[in-house]
Amino acid sequence: MTSSSLSPSLSQPADRPQRSGVQALRRKMVDKLATGMSWLAMLIVVFVLGSILWTLLKNGLPGLTLSLFTHSMGAPGGGGGLANAIVGSLLQTGLSILLGAPAGLLTGIFLAEYGADSKLARTVRFVSDMLLSAPSILIGLFIYMLLVEPFGHFSGFSGAAALSLMAMPIIVRTTEDMLRLVPVSMREAGIALGAAKWRVILFICVRAARGGIMTGVLLAIARVAGETAPLLFTSLGNSEWSLDMRRPMASLPVAIYQYAGSAYQDWMQQAWTGALLVTMGVLIINIVVRVGIRGGRS
Amino acid sequence: MNGIAEQPVQAAPPQITRRWDGDALFRTLVVLTGVSVLIALGAIITVMVTGGWKAFSTFGPSFFVTAIWNPVTQHFGAVAPVFGTLASSFLGLVIAVPLAFGTAFWLTSLAPPAVSSVIGMAVQLLAAVPSIIFGMWGFFVLVPVMAHYVQPTARHLFGHVPVLSALVSGAPFGTGLLTAGLVLSVMVVPSITAVMRDVFVSMPTVLRESAYGLGATRWEVMRQVVLPWSRQGVVGGIVLGMGRAMGETMAVTFVIGDSNHIGWSLFAPANTIASLIALEFPESPAGSLKLSSLMALGAILMAISFVTLWISRILLARGEAQAGKRS
Repeated sequence: MTSSSLSPSLSQPADRPQRSGVQALRRKMVDKLATGMSWLAMLIVVFVLGSILWTLLKNGLPGLTLSLFTHSMGAPGGGGGLANAIVGSLLQTGLSILLGAPAGLLTGIFLAEYGADSKLARTVRFVSDMLLSAPSILIGLFIYMLLVEPFGHFSGFSGAAALSLMAMPIIVRTTEDMLRLVPVSMREAGIALGAAKWRVILFICVRAARGGIMTGVLLAIARVAGETAPLLFTSLGNSEWSLDMRRPMASLPVAIYQYAGSAYQDWMQQAWTGALLVTMGVLIINIVVRVGIRGGRS
Repeated sequence: MNGIAEQPVQAAPPQITRRWDGDALFRTLVVLTGVSVLIALGAIITVMVTGGWKAFSTFGPSFFVTAIWNPVTQHFGAVAPVFGTLASSFLGLVIAVPLAFGTAFWLTSLAPPAVSSVIGMAVQLLAAVPSIIFGMWGFFVLVPVMAHYVQPTARHLFGHVPVLSALVSGAPFGTGLLTAGLVLSVMVVPSITAVMRDVFVSMPTVLRESAYGLGATRWEVMRQVVLPWSRQGVVGGIVLGMGRAMGETMAVTFVIGDSNHIGWSLFAPANTIASLIALEFPESPAGSLKLSSLMALGAILMAISFVTLWISRILLARGEAQAGKRS
């Protein structure tokens, strides 16, 4: 920082006492104003975010009954639950991680261990970041054109495929970052023992970084479990109990979307309770990850 | 391979005789997976452009300049949803950036360390809340407030001022551009705050301490030392938030009001590209011109969001390079 960019009030010596007194007062007032605005901004943010959680708890908790977990979605007033949506969400998220995690892991290994700073690796890294922030609804449209339109029907598989495309870039990012943290000396020790490079990577580096890689997988689960937009055009939603991934499949976020726009009291109640379930699940995963990271570091 | 081993005259090194080369296999596997990422993005772009080709070829360049979206006459244009996307994201950022900056300033300069880490973690956690939750909150909490308090007050105050009256005109539905902007701002504030806090914290402490040593106030340190130092990182974080806001579907769909109309009013219902796709897709049969128009809009949205991401990457990378040089 050069002194030229500091304001005159800082760089000028206070040779004129009567003016510097006024200036000091002005500077103090400006500081008071700025810090006051900052307090206000923080309070607004905390208030609004608190309001979201409060609304969720207030509207969601009354609907948290056992029948919610034992009954499938039904007609309004028919006493339906969300069991099929919960199971559908678990199945699609699970399958998407089964598809996306190995691909993400291998790509992360490529970026950290083989590609390094080559042109190909830089391109892959950039494209993976693009996928990470691509609008999720476009992923849904893409999978629709690829896996739904040619087969003529919506399916749980295509929903899982869309979600895996969203999960993979997160796992790529964390895997690469974590592998780069593994000390070179560990690799050298492995190579000195005569191990092949792939064995060194898989059984020494990945093993050493497994905590961080698991973090990435958990964050990916948390991200895709709450996604609605990619599922609208792929697994569509299904009001009946179904474990068949080849058919349209219910999921919690899509069920929330359908119910929240309805005019029926009990559907709206279930939408709030479903929203509470999704949010709590996502927040719990994130808290576990953060506490885990903090525990691991200290 | 066996051929070499059978010739005792040429003493071959033992590793050549290995029948199964794990290294080459593994290397091929990871390179292929890496390349598949490129193929995935290429496929997305190809599918969007070919899917939207029917619309592009039917309407020609006028698709980009027509504000009509009429399924009855089969006439579609991109201007209204593109306008809604840009306007709602712009409003969202105008509201979110000061809030995020104030909060980051508070977290890094004003708060006691223990409180700062708790609030900082809470704000970061909220960045993970699914976007449909923000949409529901907007629809059930914000929309009634807008309809009953904000809009009537705004009309009362500005309804007779020449220029401002256009901004506040329209029926008090509670949904519309401003509501969408507010929900988007609430959604992106946590992530922008997190980025700002990280770049503020990453500044070497000695710079901050020297400024305090010269007698600077906390605001002067922020304004004249921290901000110039971390400017590019801050802008990168803002652009990243903008990318997220423009591609957002669920939070906007609930509150935007669904109307393909361009106007000055902040309270008029509108549409974004993402919300239009989500709302109209169920009524678009496969192979129809409408579906193709939606795909064409998707291609436009993809182009917008990739350019945004590209800019933010350049800014963030430049900021990091600068940080490395100065520290």
